[in-house]
Amino acid sequence: MGRITLDKVQKAFGEVEVIPPLDLTIEDGEFVVFVGPSGCGKSTLLRLIAGLEDVTGGQIRIDGNDATSVPPAKRGLAMVFQSYALYPHMSVRKNIAFPLRMAKMEQAEQDRRVQAAADVLNLSDYIDRRPGQLSGGQRQRVAIGRAIVREPSAFLFDEPLSNLDAALRHGMRLEISELHKRLDTTMIYVTHDQVEAMTMADKIVVLQAGVIEQVGSPLELYKTPRNLFVAGFIGSPKMNFFHGAEAAKHDAHTIGIRPEHLTVSTTEGTWKGTVGVAEHLGSDTFMHIHPEANPSETITVRVGGEFSATHGDTVFLTPADDNIHRFDADGMRMG
Amino acid sequence: MATQHSRSAARIMMAPAVFLLLVWMLVPLSMTLWFSVRSYLPLRGGDQGFVGLENFTRFVTSSAFWPAILTTLIIVGGVLLISIVFGILLAMLLDQPMWGQGVVRILVIAPFFVMPTVSALVWKNMFMDPVNGLFAHLWRFFGADPIVWLSDASVFSIIMIVSWQWLPFATLILLTAIQSLDSEQLEAAEMDGANPLARFAFITLPHLSRAITIVILIQTIFLLAVFAEIFVTTGGAFGTRTLTYLIYQRVLESQNVGLGSAGGVYAIILANIVAIFLMRIVGKNLDR
Amino acid sequence: MARAVTTQRKALNTTLAWIIGLLIFFPILWTILTSFKTEAEAIANPPVFLFFDWTLENYAVVQERSNYMRFLWNSVIIAGGSTILGVLIAVPAAWSMAFVPSRRTKDILLWMLSTKMLPAVGVLYPIYLLCIQLGVLDNRLALVVILMLINLPIIVWMLYTYFREIPGEILEAARMDGAGLKEEILYVLTPMAIPGIASTLLLNFILAWNEAFWTLNLTSVDAAPLTAFIASYSSPEGLFFAKLSAASTMAIAPILILGWFSQKQLVRGLTFGAVK
Repeated sequence: MGRITLDKVQKAFGEVEVIPPLDLTIEDGEFVVFVGPSGCGKSTLLRLIAGLEDVTGGQIRIDGNDATSVPPAKRGLAMVFQSYALYPHMSVRKNIAFPLRMAKMEQAEQDRRVQAAADVLNLSDYIDRRPGQLSGGQRQRVAIGRAIVREPSAFLFDEPLSNLDAALRHGMRLEISELHKRLDTTMIYVTHDQVEAMTMADKIVVLQAGVIEQVGSPLELYKTPRNLFVAGFIGSPKMNFFHGAEAAKHDAHTIGIRPEHLTVSTTEGTWKGTVGVAEHLGSDTFMHIHPEANPSETITVRVGGEFSATHGDTVFLTPADDNIHRFDADGMRMG
Repeated sequence: MATQHSRSAARIMMAPAVFLLLVWMLVPLSMTLWFSVRSYLPLRGGDQGFVGLENFTRFVTSSAFWPAILTTLIIVGGVLLISIVFGILLAMLLDQPMWGQGVVRILVIAPFFVMPTVSALVWKNMFMDPVNGLFAHLWRFFGADPIVWLSDASVFSIIMIVSWQWLPFATLILLTAIQSLDSEQLEAAEMDGANPLARFAFITLPHLSRAITIVILIQTIFLLAVFAEIFVTTGGAFGTRTLTYLIYQRVLESQNVGLGSAGGVYAIILANIVAIFLMRIVGKNLDR
Repeated sequence: MARAVTTQRKALNTTLAWIIGLLIFFPILWTILTSFKTEAEAIANPPVFLFFDWTLENYAVVQERSNYMRFLWNSVIIAGGSTILGVLIAVPAAWSMAFVPSRRTKDILLWMLSTKMLPAVGVLYPIYLLCIQLGVLDNRLALVVILMLINLPIIVWMLYTYFREIPGEILEAARMDGAGLKEEILYVLTPMAIPGIASTLLLNFILAWNEAFWTLNLTSVDAAPLTAFIASYSSPEGLFFAKLSAASTMAIAPILILGWFSQKQLVRGLTFGAVK
């Protein structure tokens, strides 16, 4: 079981309040991603749940029991750190067995569990090596192995993929998702990368300055961002925003339209502009267009497949009306 | 960043070290301060009561005080000058590519590990002895009269002995600092048309300035306290009585504890002036 | 990238460096050589360098006359005891300051350093008096404690700088894995810090071994270590160079060997981490 409830949880470092009182419920078996720009308090929130930091106020409940002042080891949670935090002086086997050794588990059971974890994560070939002799991806697997042997009620991941190169990151992303499906255990995952959030999460928690901006499934956040911050943060490339006259036409203070919701034509459309940069990927074409009305601005457009245009070409853009997001003067979603 | 639990554990684990050092500092220090305002002659009547600041004025006005200060300054300044100048030259030489670098390094550093009493005795007898010392042999070989080093050139001799011990320290630290200099900086300067002398003056020396400051401060603190080298060689005679040695003589040799303690307070103040500068640098380094 | 240098230039560097290196090392070399000479050869003019009748007689005489082993044993006890005691007290303190820093950590560290700056002569009489009153003048244990206190700031500082290089996340991982404070220090921190702890032990052993203010002033017979033993040679003037050399060689040889191992740590330890 791994249902985690945060009730008015609050954190201040001295005078500085990093997390104002906050409520959140994480259901058993859910894959929850905390996402936000660096310094938004997402890692602090994770460390509060882990027990590595004290809460300044409020209550943390795990499976209904108050865990607010329970030491980290007794919370039944396992954590995978950004730097992997492997013990450099121990072999892979000993690293994975360490939590079991601390729990004074019988040697035979320790061996059995370590072997099982090694099999799941394909670690058997280098089980007697030291972390220093492993590649980044292998270290990552050892860190995960160390977490799963404990059979925790929830896993905590603190930006686990940020030290890997792009290709490896994609592979590990799939592995972690698959692990979640197989173990069916609650996972809380912190990242600043919205792509990781979108691809892995059952539920995304978007944080900014310690405040939860929106909680929802990836598609909910994509389709109905609650405010300008979420709208700009979720989705890649970023949503285009328009103020003033264009927004007024839709009775809004600001309107937003995603690059993939604009159609491009060389002959006619709502807005006229010139191409600044066109990026041809084959599968997609991204164009950065300076509108005629306001050439200092840039509108990003995504067209599926190849669209032949180069710097200086004149193009016309037309937004898909039902995909226009409207925001009021406070930046909140309208309608 | 940590939990309440680990913070209280930290306080408990720090307590023994902090407590011991606190006692080690406060008890003797307050005793010294207490003695310094009393007339205290253990062998001649013991504690004869409060005398105010008399000890402090007597210590400063005694005929031995200013010569001792001058000797201290000459010895500290001389050793600093020798160890810094030759330290820089030697560090730059050792930084060059050569065969057997590791061995040379060890040869140069070795004197630092020699016990002060040993180095003082070896220099005093085997090198500076006016009859049988190596220097005497050397002088005679060139037809000169051997110098009676420890009485005729006593301060210079002490400076030589102490420099021999501290030059390795300066060299080692400056070498470490030089090795941390990015060689691309020097290459960039070379591309910009700087000759070797200019490269030294504008790149290497500024890079070394922090290390030099640290060497000066740390050595000053140790050099102000030089004791064994004088104790073993001249016993403070022939103008080699430094402030430290003067206080030692007042306290243990002539058993005038009040007067010696007043001198001790002066020594503490002097060391603290140097220490403040050193701590500033070390403290700044902590924030990184 | 270091640039290739001409062989000529390298040969010049080598020659110059070796000449200077040997000059600086010469007093030590000369002492070692003289210790194997007879007293007559030791003061011969012109001096004999290598071609003399090598003898171990001086070592035998020194040991016989002065009971060298007792001084050596005192040195080992005082230097070793003070160092080990110091490290035992300093490890928990350094752990606290490196991994649970507070606003006062920096002040405490600097204050500890400042106690090291206290000139010994300034507190000579109080310590001397306390030793008499407690009946521990010329007592090994007293010197162990005093040298431990003198070197404690350096030990704490060295350990602190080594501990700070260990990522805090690893200790947090241990905490998540169920390790208590004791297990965290015993199974995770200490094994990772072994190189640092070893260098700290080494450098402080050397410093304590060579300490020559308190060991000279607070010992006479029973607790006198090698520093005092050597100083006792300063009084009788005369023809004893070979024996003096033998005694000196025995006093410095162990430390020279240890010193070669610790030259890198020396920089860090004596500059309080300010130069690395």
